Amino acid sequence: MTTQNVDRRSQEGAPGATDSGPLSLPDPPVKNPGADRSPGDKALSAQPSTWVAWAGVAAFLVLLMGILVSVVTDSFGRAWYAQWLPTEFTASWYAEAWTRFELGHVILVTLVVAISVVALSILIGVPASYALARRQFPFKRAVTALFLLPVIIPPITFGIPLATVMYNFGLGRTVLAVILVNLVPSVPFVIITMTPFIEQINPAIENAARMSGARMRHVFLRILGPILVPGILAAAILVLVRTVGMFELTYLVSGPGTDTLVVSIFRAMTSAGGSEPRPLVSAMAFLYTAMMLVTLIIALRFVNPTQLVARVRDGDDE
Amino acid sequence: MTTATARTKPPRGSASLRHRLADRGIDSQLLFLVPAIVFILALFVYPFAYGFGLTLQPSEETVDRWGGGILANYVRFFGDAFTFESVWLTARLAIPAALFNVLAAIPLAIKLKHRFRGKRLISTLLVLPITLGTVLTAQGLLIFAGRQGWLNQALLNLGIIDQPLELVHNYIGVLLSLIISGFPFAFLLISSYLSGIDPSLDRAARSLGAGWGQRFFRITLPLLAPGLATTFILTFVLAFSVFPSATLVGDPSGSTRVLAVVAYRFFGEQFDYPMASTVAIMMGLAELVVVAIVLLGRSFLYKGSTGGKG
Repeated sequence: MTTQNVDRRSQEGAPGATDSGPLSLPDPPVKNPGADRSPGDKALSAQPSTWVAWAGVAAFLVLLMGILVSVVTDSFGRAWYAQWLPTEFTASWYAEAWTRFELGHVILVTLVVAISVVALSILIGVPASYALARRQFPFKRAVTALFLLPVIIPPITFGIPLATVMYNFGLGRTVLAVILVNLVPSVPFVIITMTPFIEQINPAIENAARMSGARMRHVFLRILGPILVPGILAAAILVLVRTVGMFELTYLVSGPGTDTLVVSIFRAMTSAGGSEPRPLVSAMAFLYTAMMLVTLIIALRFVNPTQLVARVRDGDDE
Repeated sequence: MTTATARTKPPRGSASLRHRLADRGIDSQLLFLVPAIVFILALFVYPFAYGFGLTLQPSEETVDRWGGGILANYVRFFGDAFTFESVWLTARLAIPAALFNVLAAIPLAIKLKHRFRGKRLISTLLVLPITLGTVLTAQGLLIFAGRQGWLNQALLNLGIIDQPLELVHNYIGVLLSLIISGFPFAFLLISSYLSGIDPSLDRAARSLGAGWGQRFFRITLPLLAPGLATTFILTFVLAFSVFPSATLVGDPSGSTRVLAVVAYRFFGEQFDYPMASTVAIMMGLAELVVVAIVLLGRSFLYKGSTGGKG
């Protein structure tokens, strides 16, 4: 929510920032002797701080790349113990993981769950955030707080009572339970991201449409709908990524046949009686990350955040 | 519903309409809220109330061992070292992780604020872990930072260490995994808060002769403080409910027996649902206490900054 405001501000501030390019350039306290000379020691300390920052970034990236590359290497390797690299390379772990864990089915379940959660949370959340953004009504603060709670409270805190209820209703280990459980943080998330987005839209647009005789249905479908599409898509992507990655809640209610990908990887890593061969797990983990990356790349093709901001600003200007 | 709003709207402007609705309170557009409220009542409030009810119905076994009647679960929570210690174990992991993520992200966000070559690449790389997911991170840490992993091999070969470092299956492993997953998030948030600060304030201070430290501590930091508090809360919430990495790269029966692990044990292994709910609810309470402290601190910080400006 804040990002949008901030993005707008930074965009509006952009021309000013470029004008003052020469002024803001000496920010690293190398040039501009006038301002930095009097507290000279501070200017000097700023210099090492740059190096510390870069060293931190480097360490983080080494760790990150090490993690990613070692999992990929492991998933293609055979007989890899104390050497630098595996002695042989093979793709057979992927084939084995695919058949052993019925990954086709697991991925299908993951997609069905993710898409249902996205669709339902948008359908439930967007109208609610419209009401929250546009109306004042009694207990509005209480309602807002209620929508905020599932995002702040740890998933396990509401997950365990919720899962108990699910088992009591005989929904345990069904896809429906997995979808319902994942909706709990997703709907509030949509509401929280969409409310400021709708607040940014100038109500004069809707009023103009109503004054011209448009009914509510038309206002929503023809006027608000197109303006909201970028925001809805952005919220949808975030919910999608969260749902595919959601472990805690899914793990509580899923079982064999209804596990999503993350959960089945976790089960493979911790399976009783000695966990599965490591490369098998690596292959699955890499498949998961590849799936996530592909989803994000496809999603970012359709949603251009800058375009989103520009469109909202057009609305504001009118 | 449509006719009512259509009829009332045209003659008056949006402001007066809103005022009248505020007076009247409710109107047909509030129907939009109904699905969301039904949803939250059915899937959040009801289970929560049910879970709270469960905590007051302890299993006979618990009552026999711990006493306390209907409060036996709570007696057990505070009395049993297995559960109560894990509050401390969780805090010991989540608070340092969240603090580190926030504190390390500040200088980085400031450094990366300026334009330079390769900025996009570095920003992208820093955000990459979001797609990795906890499971791949855990697996990667086990392989990369394990006893025979590349990290230890490289350090051994360079002669920096004699013995392989124990980086996984303990506290450090979980901390690393929390930093990897939480840091990009903190960095993104703080960057966006930082870009919201008017750069002309900094320039004005500079033109008045303020040094680097003065500008940072008197201008940037007070303006950033509310954002930092929010970022801390969000990363803390993520770190507090750590479960997969505590099991996979940690020592789930020892130093990283966090509350989530304990709650899962009761739920999935001992099928003691009342006790599982008790641990879960206490976990939420413990987290809210920390969040409340930070929010309280934030309100002080905020007052301070406005006072300074005035």
